[in-house]
Amino acid sequence: MIRIGVDVGGTNTDAVMMDGDKILAGVKSPTTEDVMGGVAESITKVLDQSGVPAAQVAAVMIGTTHFVNAVVERQHMVRTAAVRLCLPAAQCLPPMVDWPDDIREAVGGKFWLAKGGHEFDGREINALDMTELDGIAAEIGAAGINTIAISSIFSPVNDAMERQAMAQFKKRLPDANFTLSSEIGRLGILERENAAIMNASLRALSAKTVQAFTKALAQVGLTCPYYITQNDGTLMNRDFVQAYPVLTFASGPTNSMRGASFLSGESDAIVVDIGGTTTDVGALVKGFPRQASTTVDVGGVRTNFRMPDVYSIALGGGTIVAGEGDSMTVGPRSVGYRILQDALVFGGDTLTTTDVVSALGLADVGDTSKLAGLDKAHLENAKARIDEMVHNAVERMRVSPDPIPILAVGGGSILMPDTMGDLNVIRPEYYSVANAVGAAIGQISGEVDRIFSLEKTTREEALAEARTEATQKAITAGAHPDSIELLDQEDVPLAYLPGGATRIRLKVVGSMNG
Amino acid sequence: MADSMREVTLEDLDALEIGAAILGTGGGGNPYIGKLRVREELRKGRRIPVIPLDELPDDALVVSLGGIGAPVVGVEKIEQGEECLRALRAVEQEVGRKVDALISAEIGGANAMEPMLTAAQAGLPVVDGDGMGRAFPEMQMITWSIYGQRSAPAAMADEKGNVVVFRETASDKWLEDLARATVVAMGAAAGLAQAPMRGDFIKRAAIPGTVTQARNLGRVVLDANRNHTDPVQAVIDHEGGRLLMTAKITDLERHLKGGFAVGHLALDGFGNFQGDSGRIDLQNEFLIFTRNDVVEVCVPDLIVVLDADTGHPITTEMLRYGQRIAVLGLPCHALLRTPEALAVVGPAAFGYPDVTFEPMVAKKGS
Repeated sequence: MIRIGVDVGGTNTDAVMMDGDKILAGVKSPTTEDVMGGVAESITKVLDQSGVPAAQVAAVMIGTTHFVNAVVERQHMVRTAAVRLCLPAAQCLPPMVDWPDDIREAVGGKFWLAKGGHEFDGREINALDMTELDGIAAEIGAAGINTIAISSIFSPVNDAMERQAMAQFKKRLPDANFTLSSEIGRLGILERENAAIMNASLRALSAKTVQAFTKALAQVGLTCPYYITQNDGTLMNRDFVQAYPVLTFASGPTNSMRGASFLSGESDAIVVDIGGTTTDVGALVKGFPRQASTTVDVGGVRTNFRMPDVYSIALGGGTIVAGEGDSMTVGPRSVGYRILQDALVFGGDTLTTTDVVSALGLADVGDTSKLAGLDKAHLENAKARIDEMVHNAVERMRVSPDPIPILAVGGGSILMPDTMGDLNVIRPEYYSVANAVGAAIGQISGEVDRIFSLEKTTREEALAEARTEATQKAITAGAHPDSIELLDQEDVPLAYLPGGATRIRLKVVGSMNG
Repeated sequence: MADSMREVTLEDLDALEIGAAILGTGGGGNPYIGKLRVREELRKGRRIPVIPLDELPDDALVVSLGGIGAPVVGVEKIEQGEECLRALRAVEQEVGRKVDALISAEIGGANAMEPMLTAAQAGLPVVDGDGMGRAFPEMQMITWSIYGQRSAPAAMADEKGNVVVFRETASDKWLEDLARATVVAMGAAAGLAQAPMRGDFIKRAAIPGTVTQARNLGRVVLDANRNHTDPVQAVIDHEGGRLLMTAKITDLERHLKGGFAVGHLALDGFGNFQGDSGRIDLQNEFLIFTRNDVVEVCVPDLIVVLDADTGHPITTEMLRYGQRIAVLGLPCHALLRTPEALAVVGPAAFGYPDVTFEPMVAKKGS
């Protein structure tokens, strides 16, 4: 299948053309203000360079940081009504209680609490009160709000109340759009509700963005379907991303890691993505990024998304080396995008990490004659420090004692030595467009995360039930049934509860239909 | 006691959250939600006075209270907010007297905050101390019980309006069993208040100064983070503890046994501990630290696991293969080291009859 992978980054929009497992071309274009211009241009370039006619392209996969940037910048978020089904529980902490003021204001800060919610074992805390919900709908309508996020206690275990409340609201608010927390997050009401509210507030932007992507593709003569990559490296179709824009929040690092995996052929590895200012280190397990197990802040808001576990350090190709001897420091400051002006090797007057590796003959960039006067011991000292920083980050993310390889991608990966401790470093071909490759190879997934009572079933039966459920979700999302395999499973016994209950997280993946 | 807390303020909350989690020794539930709730109470203009133990009148009536349930449920079904207050009122009604102050049953974890919330709501002070000085999994593992106070009459309340009073129980272990069954019926989260105790008993039996201790402990971590100094060393210096190992988790096994998360961690030392292998046995909390097959620190001394880089505490539910951790031993209070205490909270009480408690040596007096 011939397809195009696109990565819309902060600086560059990259595109690759792939035929099956073969990369036909890879290009970079500057990201444009409207995003779409850069997408159209990079696709045009990759079509030209590969010589593939537009009609032969079967699909386009896009990775974008558009939605997470909107949250970080508090832009393009619309006023949202947060409704929590919980009473009498959970009234001591209202929705958005732990949000920074500016983002709470960006979504309007309006919330309602109503009777409802479930216990951990599926019993109702309280029945829904339709009269109460009608009253809330009237108030939401009167406030002129058209976007509603509904959360309910233990909705990952039982989502019926969220659905019933939505149906009831639709009677009075037929044009409103809804986000249900059970469709987005895992257990942890505050974090899941946060994600649902952010998602709801981005629905207008996602509708606009989806339209614009459609237009950009039409402009360059592509009529094939397109997909957006989500946090776990799997794909969403356009209807899905329109409904769940938050699921793209971490797609950047995910695509870089999966791209590195594909380009090198390694499925279990540490990926080191070195840019100009920072280095992101992640771990690949079976070709997918390992997920963070704790909460992740997005724009100051706690969420519990499926996000890759990425450790970032202030080290990049533009990082400044200052001081002498024992007081020598590497970073955290960087010349950043000014590297082509400021670094010594490019004629500037700042000693950067790139100068260090060039002067030591470990990389071939710029004009090394400009580095002639540098003290060798000082350079070696700096290089040792760089290696130590990366090595510590790598050890931190290492997932097993096995000697797995390190995959180096990103423009700054010239800083990497050939080996690190007992690990070999691999710099794959096309390493600078690894993100776009990661987008192009996206898969379809299905996930289950809920508590299973073990009073009447065994752990094995519960795991099997979870797998069936996840498989069904993947098929619904567009996966080919024969290709589905188990990616990850984890069960945590619930402390303090006699009788036996366990929380199972399980994920399956499959290749895209067709 | 020059720096004893006199009042819980908004500025204390981040530090209390971290300090309480450190003293939770892996268990006790995550205090994040408790922190948010205390913040809401303070923002309403309510106040939380703190009384140092030595200023408590002998005839004051003090109630020990806290939440009971599963931490995983606690982050999903947040409390209505006045569960402990209703349990407190039920106990007051049962004994026919109003109480004068509240005290935390368990400073480690989420229960550090519960009495503060109830104090704000009821207009009462909290006593600077608690009944464990850390976290323990069962209710009879508390100094009140160890030193002769009976927990009944006790009361439990849930968010739905159910209040259950335990007028008499055959033993404190029976109260634990009955309360455990009740909390499951209530939806795995409830507030529990125990029988009022006299001030003179509390002064004898409480682990002193633990509210201030938790706050100060959190402060040294936050200060170290801010000043880019070593937070792990800061915790050790503050508590007179010992760095047992910096290590990477190389195996992690957890399973369910009698309603508790039971298991162990295998550790591979790094830094100054390169070549050492370690093991931590856990039952909700970290119980026993073994180096190269020799037991080095065990319950009731505190075994604390911190993120090696940030110094932030890692609870047993957050443990993950490959994490880089610092394992610390902190000496428990002398009240937990007496023969009568060790019979209830020593290694044998957790199913390790072959392990003998050897008190770890403190670097400074407490």
